[in-house]
Amino acid sequence: MSKKILIAEDSLTMRSLIVSTIAAMGDYDTVEAANGFEALRILPREKVDLIITDINMPDINGLELVSFIRNNESYKETPLFIISTEGSERDREKGMALGANAYLVKPFAPDQLQKLIREYLA
Amino acid sequence: MSDTSSSQALKDFISETEEIIGTLNYDLVKLADAVETGDCDPDVLNGIFRGAHSIKGLAGMFGFDDLSSLSHAMENLLDGLRLGKVPFTQPLVDTLFSSLDVLIQLIDGKSNDENFTLDLVPILALIDQSAEGEASSAEDPLAGLDIDPGILNVLTEYEEHRLLENIRKGRAIHLLRMDFELSSFDQELAEITEQLKQQGEVVSTLPSAGEIGERIAFQILFGSELKRSDIELLLSRDDLDISTCGRADVEMEPEGFVLEEPDARPDTAMATLERLPAAVEEVDAGSSMRSISRTVRVDIDKLDLLMNIVGELVLSKSSISNIGDRIKASADKELATELAKATRILERRLHELQKGVMDVRMVPVGQLFDKMTRIVRRVSNEQGKKVDLDIRGADTELDKLIIEDVSDPLMHIIRNAIDHGLETPEERRQVGKPEKGHVQLWASQKGNHVVIEVHDDGRGIDTEGVRRKAVEKGLISEGQSLSEEEIYDLLFMAGFSTRDEVSDMSGRGVGMDVVKNNIAALSGMIEVKSTQGQGSSMIITLPITLAIIKALIVQVGDKTYAIPINSVLETLMIDADVIQTVEKREVIELRKSTVPLLRLNQVFGLDSEEEKTDEKRLFVAIVGLAEKRMGFVVDELLGQQDVVIKSLGKALSFVQGIAGAAELGNQKTILVLDVAGLMTEALRGESSLNV
Repeated sequence: MSKKILIAEDSLTMRSLIVSTIAAMGDYDTVEAANGFEALRILPREKVDLIITDINMPDINGLELVSFIRNNESYKETPLFIISTEGSERDREKGMALGANAYLVKPFAPDQLQKLIREYLA
Repeated sequence: MSDTSSSQALKDFISETEEIIGTLNYDLVKLADAVETGDCDPDVLNGIFRGAHSIKGLAGMFGFDDLSSLSHAMENLLDGLRLGKVPFTQPLVDTLFSSLDVLIQLIDGKSNDENFTLDLVPILALIDQSAEGEASSAEDPLAGLDIDPGILNVLTEYEEHRLLENIRKGRAIHLLRMDFELSSFDQELAEITEQLKQQGEVVSTLPSAGEIGERIAFQILFGSELKRSDIELLLSRDDLDISTCGRADVEMEPEGFVLEEPDARPDTAMATLERLPAAVEEVDAGSSMRSISRTVRVDIDKLDLLMNIVGELVLSKSSISNIGDRIKASADKELATELAKATRILERRLHELQKGVMDVRMVPVGQLFDKMTRIVRRVSNEQGKKVDLDIRGADTELDKLIIEDVSDPLMHIIRNAIDHGLETPEERRQVGKPEKGHVQLWASQKGNHVVIEVHDDGRGIDTEGVRRKAVEKGLISEGQSLSEEEIYDLLFMAGFSTRDEVSDMSGRGVGMDVVKNNIAALSGMIEVKSTQGQGSSMIITLPITLAIIKALIVQVGDKTYAIPINSVLETLMIDADVIQTVEKREVIELRKSTVPLLRLNQVFGLDSEEEKTDEKRLFVAIVGLAEKRMGFVVDELLGQQDVVIKSLGKALSFVQGIAGAAELGNQKTILVLDVAGLMTEALRGESSLNV
């Protein structure tokens, strides 16, 4: 079974771009959440091998999602990337301190994301 | 990415940015109102920031450097504003509106040509200027606060700022913990958030660590004047656990919590940002949160395709019932009855399907009205006029395509109302009117039509001036006597404009004749009312949808035409004798009112059966749009039928009197009459159309 990647991102276009970047790799399935709450719903339902989250979402923020995942026995080892618009250095530091494995700045280069995914899911 | 997928991605990009801009515009208007009162709702401001932020991210992905740098500059400015580093002033709001205008022009341009760009130097300079006074707060302002560091660590910089603002206001900071059923936590949280917002500010909502089973726990960081016991009372939940730091429960001066502010801020910023967020009238955070996961964005082309298929189905059904009728007449009666029954069921279901697909195409005119608020703002600023815009009926629904096509004409009408209609504040004072002009933008549904009205309380239309101008332009002759209505009609004639310049809307020169043609192309009609000195009204009547309509099928000579049933009031059979001639026009008397007649055979240059056979019997379809009535004289009434209207395409769009072509069930194509166009032409006395 191919490995599954959860994408939490509230912009439909951005989400589609991430999905198509992953689809181009051919090896992975994706599951999409339009906000943090949806991501929380999906986590217990699906076996997810990697999580990609935005920081600015309308309900819970991406940092809270990272913290939740890292403090949860079931997902604490799941690789997690933050993709956010370049902005607050503080938010970035916090994200990494909370245990994100990588922080990508939008607009990200597709091959950069693909490289990271291969690195963590190989 | 292949070419097709990249153009699809570009379409997605345009439609998402348009959606964001719609919200931005709406929120900016709210923000602008807040400048006057000084109350700035952090949710509104944050919404605007998020909008600019999203556009920046998207533009970057598509390599639109211009769009990216503009939205980046806006985002910086907004970030400064929401973090309290930039003062909240009228010029700042004006800058934001100007930036939004440029942003819209850029996106509009790119939707036609990816390489479109604009000179951004002036607007970027303006933004830079507004952002002056920005000072960065170097130290960590929350370092000494007695809130669980685990929570502080997951707050974004903005949330930290909001937390600090709440403390500075002397509010208590409560941490509420509750747990929910996994199936309904989002709705419950939305409701709780809404309740809390009436009493303070929800700084952040955090999921509590732990396995997700049947239930999930959340913590809400809440700044409020309320005491712990008040919150318990407000929410009345057994599982509620509150821990509090701050004034309300602990006896401590608010200053005790406030850390040294490293940067001295301008007073204005403090004054506006420190106010309590007013209880927002439309608290919709909950519903908007849900809508994100409950709505789907669909390309209108896909809906058109569905609609066409439904249309074809409707036609197939007609053929089947025809066959049924023939079987009934010739063969097995029982089988024919069965077939008729099955056809009726099919018809009902089809009708539901048709209605369902139609409903999906419907969008509230509020989308359109939001755009108009920006126009009003811009034009009134340009003209130095004060305008109060009153919007009603924003939830009235119209077909998405109609909404799009009516946007430009409506913009033009509104612009005219402010530009030509409203007087300057000075002039208004002199005639004893309030300085602020009043423009009303109302929508309402009337049967199968939507009526959009634009009223202004300005100077009204100067009929004598219009007359003179028309004589000058050679549109009418010097001594010609015209009714008030006929004078208003002059406004819509090509080559007429009361000012010497044609107003320039979104870069295109548009006259009222174009407005009228655009509305007629939608099978709509426009009416003018005006009282000198008191104001004028433009009333647009539009069909709710264009896709499938019921039509009255009529025969004229050897041709068949369809008349949209929503404009047919009744049909009559008359003797040729009852036709009278008044002022060279044929009319009939109908229930004590005079209705002018239009012989369609003359309009379309066809031989009439009546003339050939000397028969005295005639059929008349009485049509009406708005308050006007007219009788179309035809040879035969063939019955009602659903027809699918297809556009004739650009090549034939000049043909007057025809709205489009329709397919009948028997693969025959007929022309659909443009009732509004025919009526107007006929009332003007120019029935010299030819097809």
